[in-house]
Amino acid sequence: MLTVRIIPCLDVDEGYVVKGVKFKNLTVAGDPVELARKYFQDGADELTFLDVGASVKSRKTMVEVVRKISEKIFIPLTAGGGLRSLEDIRELLLAGADKVALCTAAVENPHLIQEASRVFGSQCIVLSIDAARTNSGWHAFIRGGQQDSGLEAVEWAVQAEALGAGEILLNSIDRDGTGQGYDLELLQAVGARVKIPVIASGGAGNLEQIYQAIVAGRADAVLLASTLHYGQMTIPEIKRYLKSKGVPVR
Amino acid sequence: MIGVIDYGAGNLNSVLKALTYLKLPARLVTSPKEAATVEKLIIPGVGSFGAALDELRKRNLYQTIDGWIKANRPLLGICLGFQLLFQRSEETPAELGFSLFQGVCQKIRANKVPHMGWNQVKVLQPDPLFSGLPSAEYFYFVHSYAVYKTDGSVLGLTHYGSQFVSVIKSGRIYGLQFHPEKSGSAGLKLLQNWGTKC
Repeated sequence: MLTVRIIPCLDVDEGYVVKGVKFKNLTVAGDPVELARKYFQDGADELTFLDVGASVKSRKTMVEVVRKISEKIFIPLTAGGGLRSLEDIRELLLAGADKVALCTAAVENPHLIQEASRVFGSQCIVLSIDAARTNSGWHAFIRGGQQDSGLEAVEWAVQAEALGAGEILLNSIDRDGTGQGYDLELLQAVGARVKIPVIASGGAGNLEQIYQAIVAGRADAVLLASTLHYGQMTIPEIKRYLKSKGVPVR
Repeated sequence: MIGVIDYGAGNLNSVLKALTYLKLPARLVTSPKEAATVEKLIIPGVGSFGAALDELRKRNLYQTIDGWIKANRPLLGICLGFQLLFQRSEETPAELGFSLFQGVCQKIRANKVPHMGWNQVKVLQPDPLFSGLPSAEYFYFVHSYAVYKTDGSVLGLTHYGSQFVSVIKSGRIYGLQFHPEKSGSAGLKLLQNWGTKC
């Protein structure tokens, strides 16, 4: 049976893993290569790296981080953050990423999803949606959560699937780093409308919330950052808990 | 020496990186001339059925692989490389694969497509490829097409929506629907088995 994936997420700024709350107040949480190795040994099913530095220098460092990790760790690696073009995508895939996550550039130029999935295959194009509740439902935000694109998040997910995205990374800005649990309604709303896998992100604070994201939110995978970086829970603990509840895990 | 067929798509380096990590001598193969320098071939899995065949023809590697298969020389097809060993794929119905095995790759019959993530391979009979691995080990899959019916000698089966062929073998030719190079320690063990025992 296909298992639910547990995916540690490393937000990287100029070569260091950082983490904040609601996309703000970033603090340093460690070295990406060391953390990646630790999570791999702990049984991570994939790893995700997001460059939050968004400078040219930060991105070059990111490519090097991906290259180093892909020579030692043989599980799927997703990289993203600030990717604007097919060339940016190609650079990361050649460095050793298996998938790339697109956010702002995809909103500004949806054609990029189509082009990238045609050239590199849908399986490696992850659409990252930074969603926040507004007066009129969830909107997709861009530029690291700072700007409302005006796009309705659920409709954007549906459109991205049609354009060729292979997976949706669904981040709740409202819950990011809060430990209050995933936005289950957001997960349900998107999950009901797309056939591609949905990764739940933002808000994990305890084991039960992770279980709820999978059972109530119907997530195919869960992304975890602060709660793992700061040792509040470990991957083996999460997997033991999910297994005891009847969720298939590796 | 192991040759990894290069047909110009994204992340083919990951197979090479895994072989390097295992200290198995390996190189990329981009032409028939380079293929002549290796004893074993890997067709990695990237892109679509039709595009891959186009690229192989452009590089004059189609005939090389076809001859290699007919001579039953050691070969490992991974993901799309596995699918190319069959007759056709619904992904590109007009194209003919290497047709070592009868069967058609069909769109996956499940609620969520692609089939993406870790799933178990039920090994049907002992084989050096799975030496030292449990018979229901987890491997990493990512694919939208699958083979449900074949006359070939099926070595492994996996369940997603319904049961499909995840490992097939004929003589010294193996095909894997999953990605051993992305399947952690189990995948590395399998690649090492293939490199040294198959």
